[in-house]
Amino acid sequence: MFDALGNSLRASLRRLTGSGRISAADLESGLADIRTSLIGADVAMPVVASLLERVADRARASEIVGGLGAGERMLGILHTALTETLGGSGRELDLRERPATILLLGVQGAGKTTTAAKLAYRLAKEGRRPMLVAADPRRPAAAEQLATLATAIKVPVHREPIGTSVAEIGTRAIASARRLGLDVVIIDSSGRTTLDDELLQELRDLRNATNPRERLLVLDAATGQSALSIAEGFKSVAEPTGLILSKLDGDARGGAALSIAGGAGIPVVYMGTGERPDALERFHPDRIANRILDMGDLATLAERVRDAEIGPAAGADAEVRAKAAEARALRGGMTFDDLLGQLRQMSSLGPIGQVVKMIPGMGGMAQQAEAAVASGELTRTEAIILSMTPAERRDPALLTLPRRRRIAAGAGRTIEEVNRLIKRLDEMRTLMRRAGGGDPSRLMGGGAGLPGKHAGGRIPPKASKRDKRAKKGGKRR
Amino acid sequence: MKLAFWRKSSADDEKRVVEAIAPASNPLAKVLRRFTAPEPNWREIEEALLANDVGLAATTALIQSARDSDGTSGRARVRTAALQLLGDETSDAHNEADVVLLVGVNGVGKTTTAAKLAARAKGSGLSPLLVAADTFRAAAIDQLRALGVREGVEVVEGRPGGDPAAAIHDALTLAAARSYSPVIIDTAGRMQTRSGLMDELSKIRRVVTKVAPTRTVEVLLVLDGTAGQNGLAQAREFDASAGIDGIVLTKLDSGARGGVALAVRRELGLPIRWIGTGERPTDLVPFAAEVFVDGLLGGPADY
Repeated sequence: MFDALGNSLRASLRRLTGSGRISAADLESGLADIRTSLIGADVAMPVVASLLERVADRARASEIVGGLGAGERMLGILHTALTETLGGSGRELDLRERPATILLLGVQGAGKTTTAAKLAYRLAKEGRRPMLVAADPRRPAAAEQLATLATAIKVPVHREPIGTSVAEIGTRAIASARRLGLDVVIIDSSGRTTLDDELLQELRDLRNATNPRERLLVLDAATGQSALSIAEGFKSVAEPTGLILSKLDGDARGGAALSIAGGAGIPVVYMGTGERPDALERFHPDRIANRILDMGDLATLAERVRDAEIGPAAGADAEVRAKAAEARALRGGMTFDDLLGQLRQMSSLGPIGQVVKMIPGMGGMAQQAEAAVASGELTRTEAIILSMTPAERRDPALLTLPRRRRIAAGAGRTIEEVNRLIKRLDEMRTLMRRAGGGDPSRLMGGGAGLPGKHAGGRIPPKASKRDKRAKKGGKRR
Repeated sequence: MKLAFWRKSSADDEKRVVEAIAPASNPLAKVLRRFTAPEPNWREIEEALLANDVGLAATTALIQSARDSDGTSGRARVRTAALQLLGDETSDAHNEADVVLLVGVNGVGKTTTAAKLAARAKGSGLSPLLVAADTFRAAAIDQLRALGVREGVEVVEGRPGGDPAAAIHDALTLAAARSYSPVIIDTAGRMQTRSGLMDELSKIRRVVTKVAPTRTVEVLLVLDGTAGQNGLAQAREFDASAGIDGIVLTKLDSGARGGVALAVRRELGLPIRWIGTGERPTDLVPFAAEVFVDGLLGGPADY
C-alpha cells in the first residue's frame, strides 16, 4: 500500500538532493519527477496540479534553492503537502446518537458489503453493539452475502423480503436496533455503475428515512482518474462525511486517497487492508504521509502490537511483559526470545509486509519479508531459535562456533543459516536502538538526510562494528 | 478465422458503446474540439489523455505517434495513433474458444460479466453453461445461480469454501455429456499480489486443459473501467500466472473511459474483447476499436 508512490517519490527526492545544494533547474526537474510519481499513482490531475503548486511555493518561500540541508527541508515540505492534501489530522466518526446510523455508499464492486462487515467488527471490538442492515435490493444475493459475513463476525443483521422499499428497510432496522438495545446501525446500500435517477431517489429515500449522521463513501483504491468525479457525484446526493478506501492490500498506489481528500474535500477515515474482518485500519493523514515517505509509522505499529499482544482479555501481567520487551528492544538489547515472540505474533499483527513498512526506513524490505514468509523462512527461523538453550536465547554472545554447530544440527539447518540469523538479530538491535530515540528524523540524520537510505536493510559499518565489539566483550565475560 | 456469430458487433452494440462512453464531460473531447487545426497544443492533449487513465508511458507514446502521423486535425491524428496502438483486434484464433475463464481482482464485475456472456450466447442460439467457481466470496454462488435462473442458463455450482477446480471439472464433464457450449467460468476475485491465490489460478488453468484437451480455452481478465494504472499491474500479474488471452473492460457507463486498456495493449499486447456498458443483460458488447477510440475521444467525428 502506497509503496510504489513512496518509492518513486523518494527516488525523486534522492535525485533532487544528491548534490547537497539544489539549483533552480534541479528544483524544476525534481517537481517534474514528483508529478510523474503522482500521476503514476493515479492522483487526479487537478489534485496533482494543486499539490505541485503547494510544494513549489513552499520550496521557493523557504529559499531552498542554493541553501543547505535542502534534502531534509524538501522532505519536510513534501510531507506537509501530503498531510494537508490528505486532510490534516484526520477525523473520528460521530457516533453520539443512540443508535448512531452509518450509511455506506459507493459504486458497484467498491467493496461496500465487505467493508460494512469489517466496520461492524471493528466497532464491536471497540465495545459497541452494532447491527448490519442489508439495504441493497438490487444485486442478487447481496443480502445473503451480508448475512453470511454477519454470522461469521457474530453481529446481528437486519434484512427484509425482496421488494421492500429501502425507506421501509431503514426505518424498521432502526426501530429494531432500538428494541434490541443496539447502538450502531450500519446500512449497506446498493451500488450502481452510474448515478442514475433511480439510485439517486433510492439514496434520498434512505437518507430521509434514517437520517444518518455518517455517510461514508466506499471506494476501490485501484480507482483511477474517475475517483474525483465519482466522489463529486455522490457529494451532490448524499454529502459523504468520510471516505473508506478499500482493497489497499493489493499493490494499488492509493492515489485515490489524495484525489478525494484533496480534490473533493472528503476526509479518509478508514482503509481496508485485507480480506479478514479485522483488516480495516483508521486512516491518519500524517501517519500515511510518513509511510509514503518511508518515515515509518511506529504509532500504528505500537497500536497493533498492543491489540495483538495484550488484547482486552489478557491481564496486567501480559502488559508488563510486553512493556519490558518493548523497552528492551528500544535499548537495543533485543534477545532471541523477543525475536521468537515477535515471529509468533506476526500472524496476529497482520501480513508481515504491512508490519515491516511501519518501521522507519524499512519500507523497502516489505517485499523481502513477504517473500520470506512465502518461502517458509520464518518456520525455519523458529526451528533454529527453538534449538538454542534458554541462556543462549537470552544472550547471543554465548553463541560460540561449537554451540552454533550444535544448534544447526538440532534444527536440521546449515551453520550458515544459523550465522545469518545471529547477524540479523544483531542488525535488528542496532536498528531498534536507533529507532528507540523516538524521533524518526534521527534515523535519517546519520546519512545524507534522506529516509529510504537504509531501505535495503544495510547497516552503516560503524554501527555494526560497535555492536560486534560489544558482543566480543560479552564473550570474554 | 471466421468470427463466431455471438461475438460479432452489431450496429446496435456500437450505438450502446458510444452512448456509454462518450458523455459531453470528457475533458479530452473538449480539448480536441478546440484543436481542429492540424497542429494542436500537445501539452493539453497530454493532460487530457492522462485524465482518461491512459497513463504516462502510453500517453507519451500516443502523442509521439500522433505527431508523426498526418492528418487534417489534432483529433484525427490522435485517433489514427490510438487505432494504430490498438491494432487489428479481430484476427485471432480465440474467437472460436468454447471455454471462457473469467479472472480478475475483487469487485470488477466477473460474475455479472459471466451472466451477460451467457445471455448473449443463448440469445444467438447457443446452449451455454455457467460455472460458479467462486467458492470464496460469501454468496457469490447464490448470485450466479440467481442470474442463471434469470437468463434461463444452467449453472454448475461449486461448494462454498470448496475447491474451485472440482466444480470446473464437474462442469466440463457435464458439458461434454450434454454438449453445452460455450462453458463460462466465474472465478473468485483475487488481489494480484496474493501469490497463493494466483497459484490457484494456474491450477484451474491446468485442470481445464486436462479435462477438456480438445476445447479451445480463452482466459479473459476482467478489468474495471474506472481502474487507473493499477489495472496495468493487474494485467501483468494475471498474465504471468494464468496466461491472459484478452480483456473485458467493465463499467464503461460510469463516466470512466477505460484508458488503461490502451496502456495494457501497449505494454502486454493484450487485446480488448468485450466492453461492459451498463447493468442490463444485453449491456456487454464485442470490442470494436474504432467505436472505442471514438468514445475515448468524446464521440464520433462530426467536426
